[in-house]
This record gives sequence, C-alpha cells and structure tokens, in this order.
Amino acid sequence: MIAFATLLERLLFTQGRNDKIRLLRQFFETQPDPDRGLALAAIAGELHFATAKAGLIRDLANSRTDPTLFALSYDFVGDLAETVALIWPDSQTNAPPPTLPEVVEALNLTPKTRLPDLVAGWLDATDAATRLALLKLITGGLRVGATGRLARIALAEFSQGRAAPDDIEEVWHSLAPPYLPLFAWLEGHAEKPDPATAPVFRPPMLAHPLEPDDIANLTPTLLRAEWKWDGIRVQLVSTPGGRRLYSRGAEDISAAFPELLEGVDFEAVLDGELLVIRDGTVAPFADLQQRLNRKTVGPKLMAEHPVAIRLYDILFDGAEDLRPLPFDSRRARLEDWFARTSPARMDLSALIPFATIEDLAEIRAGAREAAIEGLMLKDAASPYLPGRPKGKWWKWKRAPLTLDAVLLYAQRGHGKRSGSYSDYTFGLWRGDELVPVGKAYFGFTDAELAWLDRWIRNHTTARFGPVREVEKSLVLEVAFDGAQRSTRHKSGVALRFPRISRLRTDKPAAEADRLETLEKLIPG
Amino acid sequence: MTAPHPETWLTPMPAGLYCAPGDFFIDPLRPVPRAIITHAHSDHARPGHEAVLASPPTLALMRARLGEGAGRSQQPLAWGERLTVGDVALWLQPAGHVLGSAQVAIEYRGSRAVISGDYKRQPDITCDPFTPIPCDVFVTEATFALPVFRHPPAAGEIAKLLASVKLFPERTHVIGCYSLGKTQRLIALLRQAGWDEPIYMHGALAPMCEIYEAHGIPLGELRPATVAAKKDLVGRIVLAPPSAIADRWARRLAEPVVCMASGWMRVRQRAKQGGVELPLVISDHADWHELNRTIDEVGAPEVWVTHGSEDALIHEIAKRGIRGRPLRLIGYGEEDGS
Ligand SMILES: [Zn+2]
Ligand SMILES: [Zn+2]
Repeated sequence: MIAFATLLERLLFTQGRNDKIRLLRQFFETQPDPDRGLALAAIAGELHFATAKAGLIRDLANSRTDPTLFALSYDFVGDLAETVALIWPDSQTNAPPPTLPEVVEALNLTPKTRLPDLVAGWLDATDAATRLALLKLITGGLRVGATGRLARIALAEFSQGRAAPDDIEEVWHSLAPPYLPLFAWLEGHAEKPDPATAPVFRPPMLAHPLEPDDIANLTPTLLRAEWKWDGIRVQLVSTPGGRRLYSRGAEDISAAFPELLEGVDFEAVLDGELLVIRDGTVAPFADLQQRLNRKTVGPKLMAEHPVAIRLYDILFDGAEDLRPLPFDSRRARLEDWFARTSPARMDLSALIPFATIEDLAEIRAGAREAAIEGLMLKDAASPYLPGRPKGKWWKWKRAPLTLDAVLLYAQRGHGKRSGSYSDYTFGLWRGDELVPVGKAYFGFTDAELAWLDRWIRNHTTARFGPVREVEKSLVLEVAFDGAQRSTRHKSGVALRFPRISRLRTDKPAAEADRLETLEKLIPG
Repeated sequence: MTAPHPETWLTPMPAGLYCAPGDFFIDPLRPVPRAIITHAHSDHARPGHEAVLASPPTLALMRARLGEGAGRSQQPLAWGERLTVGDVALWLQPAGHVLGSAQVAIEYRGSRAVISGDYKRQPDITCDPFTPIPCDVFVTEATFALPVFRHPPAAGEIAKLLASVKLFPERTHVIGCYSLGKTQRLIALLRQAGWDEPIYMHGALAPMCEIYEAHGIPLGELRPATVAAKKDLVGRIVLAPPSAIADRWARRLAEPVVCMASGWMRVRQRAKQGGVELPLVISDHADWHELNRTIDEVGAPEVWVTHGSEDALIHEIAKRGIRGRPLRLIGYGEEDGS
C-alpha cells in the first residue's frame, strides 16, 4: 500500500506526461503480482467496491474528530478524502500498514456493517499519504492525472517493444484485474492473451479541430461531411461472446442503457452518437445528461428520455474487420448493413451534400438546431485508424455564442483550485434585477485569476460558507455553445458549456446583457 | 485591589495593537510615533515609524531591508532585560520564528500580557528557541490553526529532497523560499543533513544570509545562481524567492524540479496549484498541536488571536475553558511565505 501511495503522490505532482509514464513503468517493473495489476486497475478506474462510499468516510471522520473543526478543515482543503487523511489522529498502533491486495480483498468481502471498523483500523496504521491513497481507492476517485490510456502506454513501454498501446487496448476488455496474463505476455513469458470472441473495445478514430489554416488545403471532392451531434460518442460491440456499449474512453456503459442492447441480434462493431431522440428530433444535451453516470435505470426514465444511436461508421460486420477499408467503402457497407438489419433504436448519420468549402461554411453557420455542435469532415479515402491521425478527420464547431453578464457570487474551487475563488455565478438583467443564469469555472491565465481573486476579496458583500456574494459591478464575457429551457434555473434558461472568455473591466454593469437577449437564442 | 484586565490597557486599533499606558504599538500596520517590532518580516516590520524598539538582530535585519525606513530612532533590547515605558514594564523573549524574533511581555499594575508575534516550536538552529511565559492574556497567531496542519520533522523533508536530487541527477532542484528565515533554515538543515556542496541562490536572498552569518550562524559556501551557467547548475540545489520560480528567471535552470518549502505544502491541492513538483512541509510557524500546546504551557485564561484560522483555534480552546477573542487584525500573514 505504501508503494502505491507513493506512486499516486508522485503522479499527482508530476507534470510531464512522459515523466508520468516513466513513473508507471518503473512501478510495473519493481512491484510484484498481484500488487501491480491491482494498482493498474485502480488507476484505469476498473476497481469498484459496492459497499464502500463517501458517506462511510464522512461518518468515520465525524466519529473521530470534532464536527466543527472538520467542517472548517474541509472548507479549507476542499476535498473530503484529503481532509480525512490529514485530520485523522496519528495513533500509536503497532499494526503494520495493510498491503494493496489485502485492502482490495477485504473491501470486496467485508459486509457493509463491518466496514467502518475495518477502514478505521487501516487509517490508524498508516501515515497521511497512505491514508489518502486508501480513501481515494475506497471512494473511487484517484484523480492523479493518469488515465487508463496513459497506463496502457506505460505498459507498452514496460513490454520493451513486445506490444504497442493499441495491441493492449484490443485485449484490455477481455481481461480482469489483477491482469496476470497481461503482465506475463508483456514480460515475454506467455503468448498474447486471446480476446477470441469477447466483446472488446476497439480504439476509436478521433478528429482534429479544423484550424483556419487547414481550410485552404481541403479538397471538396475528397471530403465527406456529416453533422457533429451533441451527444456522447459510443461504440456498440456485439460478438458471440457478448454485447457491450462503450464510451469513447473505453468505459463500459451498458448497464445505463439496457434498451440499446436488449434487441441486438446481429454481430457487428458500430461507431455512433448516443442521443435522446423524440419523434425523430434530437433533444438537447441536458436531456441525455439525465441518463448519464447511472448504474441502473428505471422504466420511467427510459420512457421519458428515449435514447438511440446515430451511426457514423461500421468497424466489424460479423467477424470481418472493415477498418482497413476507405471511408466510402465502409459507408457503403454501413448503409447495406443497416438496410439488411433494420436495427431498433438506431439511424444513420446523414451525409451532407455540398460542392465547395464555402457551401460548408454556410451550412455550418446556418445550423440552428441545439443538438448540432458543428460539422464533421472526413477524408473519403482514409481507413479507420485508432487515435487522432493527422489530416483525416476534422471537427468544425459552430462559433460560440457570447453574452456580457455580471458576476454575482464566487466560490472557492474544490480540489485543484481550492486556494482561490474559481467558480463564478453570473447573471443578466431582468427589469432592474439581476437573475443568475449560469456558473462557470476558471478560464483565465494565472495573472487574470489572481486579479479576479483579489477583486472578489475586496468586493465581498456577504459570505455564506465558501461562497462570497460580491458587489454587482464586474462584467464578464461568457461564451457558451447553446441555450435551452430549464425548470431548474430561476432564469428558466440553461447554458451549454458556459466559460468565461474575457474580463470586461471596461464595461459598466448597467450595460450588461438582458435575459431577453438570451431567450431569443433558445431554439424552438 | 484586583489587577486591571489587559482588555482595558491593550487595544486593537486599525493601526495595530496599542498599549495606552505605555503609549506604543506592537507591529503597527501603518507609521506610528512609537513601535515595538516582534520580528523583521515585512508584514510585521513596516517602514516609517519614528521610534522603534526591537531585539538587536531584528533591528539589523530591518536596516538591511528598509534602510531609512527602519525607524528614525532605534532602541535595541536584549533578551529578558526589563524596561519601563510610561506606566508599563516590558521585556523581550525569543519566539523561535526567525533570527531575532521576539515575544513581547508587558506588565501593567499586576496583570501581564504576552504578544507572541509569529512563532514555532520545532527546533531551529538559526534562531533562539521559543520560551513560554506564563501570563493573563496570550496574544497568538493562528496561521496553521486547523487540525489538518501537522508539520512533520524537518529532517524527513530534507531527506525527501536529497533523495530526489539523487534520483534526478540531470536536473536542477530549485526551492521556493522566503528570503528571511526560511532560506537560512533550509541551508542549515541541508548542512546538518551532510550536504556540503555549494548552494546557489537568487540575488534577493543574499543580504539576509550575510546578516545571519554576522550573527554567528554559519551557512557554508553560497554562490549566486544569477551568474552561474546552466550546466554548472545541473545536480545542484538552488534557492529562490517563490515569485522568481514562476518567472523567466527559472528558465536559466536545467530541467528544474520545482520545490516549495512551506507549511501550506501539507495540502496537496494547494501545492499542486503552484506548479510544485516536490512539496516540502517546512514551516516557520507553529502547527495545530504546537499552538494548542503553547497555549496550555503559558496557562493564560484568555487568548487573543491576531490572524489566521481563528475560528478553529477559539473553538478548540473553549473546550478547555479558555476564552478566545479574535482581533481580526488585517494585514498580517501575507508576506512571510509561512
Ligand atoms: Zn513572520
Ligand atoms: Zn506574520
């Protein structure tokens, strides 16, 4: 557990991606099985403990510490697990700290009622850094800036050329912690694990943002255009070994969308956008949001937020790997497959006809539907390549919308920004009152952040815990991707991806925008 | 006859804590006719007072920092030497914070208040150790007055630094530290840990080091980092003010490992926010346990808190029957890097 805690701490503070890979690689080289595989699973987000929750940690803290002191400390530190790790009394126990396999096994086997004593015993036997690692492991939020993908790159380096990251990606989902066959393969003691017919994730092909300089180099006849839909990119995999729905980040999200997999009777791997679609119309992202991050889903939610997949691509038809084919051929195969199969809860992403790049620019500018983020441009001849290959796919987003709003409240950021005021609530005029319309996070340079932080401290009019109400005099330019009606907001409007694009110290608050202006931007 | 409560003769004013029967301020925040200065950090020793009374090293440090602004007249007072000022008697005793840092003990008609300034209880060979003075009112700081703040032994943090130097011999370790106190303590700790190499320094840190050496604290070989070539700094330890680390100044260094020595480094997100790669929890201030222990040792029934997390400290001592009073003095704790 100590080696794991040290790794997490070093990853957290290490900035460089290559340095992080070096740390991971060194860890895999020096730690035994099954410790390294369990650590890998923890970093890749593949360890879940059903019974251990943040609530348990809060209760433990309350049983061992003064609630007032805990609340003040939590407000300062900004992270529950770290607060508990730091505030936990240093005790005199002689018990050795637990090992990572002991912790994982105990968390899986211990009944819920006995967990508090077990965890308290561990905290008593460890130092602050190890306590933090333990608590993060239990609550499932390591957040050390290392993803599953980064870990697989480190594994590839660890294999000294035996495997590339994408080779590992292909077998990853057929394996389970502590990944003994994987390490055996990477160390050259065993063959590559055979995913056989397991429904594994295939690394998706991703697009680059279209930069102004790219436009001149595009050849319209060699390009295909589609709408970029504002849902979440998914991969549906159906093989004789099973059916899975994966997010773009290789996370298995099948359980949250059972209706998409229940009728599946074909064998294929499909790439598409998960959307809420009612009567053929794509609902705003907020509707889809209701369905995300759930372990299970009830019939009511399924009925009220009906989901479907808008298909972009086909990677496998049956056992046949179509990825080496050019886009046009895959598209033909996709259309053919779709006509043949008529799958439920799916439709095809339409190809947008155009002759010139100017046409495309016009089409992009004219897209008013809230669920359209912009255009996707794809090289007609390109095979389906994992990762983000250069010069093959581009995303051409709609220009963001902006408003001038007035800063109303500031809150000390939790976690990363816990030292400064970094969550901002802003409002627009309705009559002569300012109504809050949204909240945005840090989007500044450090110098601007420092300036804003000082401004907030000097213009505070009231404090509610970590929130400060400020003088209504600072104008912020807020950029956002769209607006939609919302009953959860006092203003009746919710912004999509709001971020602060500029400090308008030049503008008096009275000249900030009015709510009516925003309402005009709501589609429908 | 009962002694007057210190509340009647020691008052927080916008300019700082004022003692009426002696007609002087302690660590005043704006220029005043008569000031007693606990220590030479810029938030406590401000320029422009008429008459200044302080320990001899504090006066020397103030002259170096403030020049003309260090006070029109200066009166040194040795440790423990009693002095009558107006109707009060007072003396200075070490606070263990930085070189020359003092607690001010003031007696008036049988009651005694002690103003501790900033202080710490960890051993530090670069200054005289804190000695508790029994009193009726103890005026304390509360910079790290949350139970999450527990400073580990400094030697362990130095060991962490030296292990990193060994692990990354191709890089330069640059440590952000405040020029007065933290710098010299770090150097002394490194020497104690057996680091005999020359230590490189940003130009802003040199003058304070000279004064420490003049007061009999050997710091070993120090070299200016500003004139050194990049390749000469490979594998070296460089000290610089925190502001210089984020600055273009740091670009002269070979693949710098950015370290920061401060009590705040205990909180990871805080450390991370400053772009720190190696946080060192080394502080000139008392941690949670040291604050509470000190309050118990001086035995004061009443504790006044100048700056920091006063809510937590006052809550905690109330459980032991000690009355806490927040002074809410604005202006301390902003410049000494803690
Ligand atoms: Zn100080
Ligand atoms: Zn101070």
